[in-house]
Amino acid sequence: MHELPITKRILDIALEHARGHKVARIVRIHLKIGALSDLENEWIQRYFDYLSRGTVAENARLAITRSPIVMRCRGCARSFEVAREELGQVRCPGCSASRLELVSGREYLVENMEVL
Amino acid sequence: MNDAVRLIDVKEAIQADNERVAEDLRARLAETRTFLLNLMSAPGAGKTRTILKTLEVLRDRLRFGVLEADIESTVDAERVAATGISAVQLRTGGFCHLDASMVAKGLAALDLEALDVVIIENVGNLVCPAEFDTGAIKNVMILSVPEGDDKPLKYPLMFTVSDVLLVNKVDYLGLSDFDLAAMRERVVRLNPDIQIFEISAKTGQGIDQWAAWLEGEARRFIDA
Repeated sequence: MHELPITKRILDIALEHARGHKVARIVRIHLKIGALSDLENEWIQRYFDYLSRGTVAENARLAITRSPIVMRCRGCARSFEVAREELGQVRCPGCSASRLELVSGREYLVENMEVL
Repeated sequence: MNDAVRLIDVKEAIQADNERVAEDLRARLAETRTFLLNLMSAPGAGKTRTILKTLEVLRDRLRFGVLEADIESTVDAERVAATGISAVQLRTGGFCHLDASMVAKGLAALDLEALDVVIIENVGNLVCPAEFDTGAIKNVMILSVPEGDDKPLKYPLMFTVSDVLLVNKVDYLGLSDFDLAAMRERVVRLNPDIQIFEISAKTGQGIDQWAAWLEGEARRFIDA
């Protein structure tokens, strides 16, 4: 859906950092994306392949790590990981309360990149 | 060749650019004392009709503007403009959401000094708009009864980023198996602070309570 603008930013960030480091070619870009994001890895790569043509990032592979969804209980303040499919259905594993707030799981980060 | 591979540390948030623009926009809104509301929902949940009904109640008490986002058409902006309220059409040209710079561009066409509240009608979509900060002060989403009570399970992110949930088309409740209690239970497990109003933009049911919330939040922001 919105893979295109996100992918454009990934490319821009990568190219910006490449400029300062005399990079001939970007081989791999490591990304950390929250498990709550609906972005599809395959589509990010496809858009990236298209957008990066003719740049030093052409043919670079995107290595995507999904960071877990973490919720915090409003009852006992315990934090715990929740699978995407269980969201809206789980209770606190500590005190069984159902008022839960999102702590993390929506990050979008370019971690680092392997270059030649 | 592999020995020549170097690792460059980047550690940059992909959305940082948009968030900067959103923060700048909020600073400008604080100066002009304009309360910006981002309204999101699936297509057909009743965004435009809810806006029109809300304007009916509040237009004599607050000065409104509306920013209409649509992929191609101008139908919604025309419906709003027909009431005499300033409406700006933003054609997103295929984009599935609005970001802060698109909103800033749209707001440039409005005289913010002369407006108390601007409502953004975001693109009809429960996925993408949830990912992009528009620069709004509050996020409001609509879930309409015919869509079903399982939407919090399918689109959890939208429910976690919204300050208010409007359950629209409650006049259909008798005709459907929509379980309000089950829906509320699912929502509280994603966002315990979300305010829920049950409304019908068609019959006007519940609009007063929702409008009272909006007026209260807008005045608090304007008078701050």
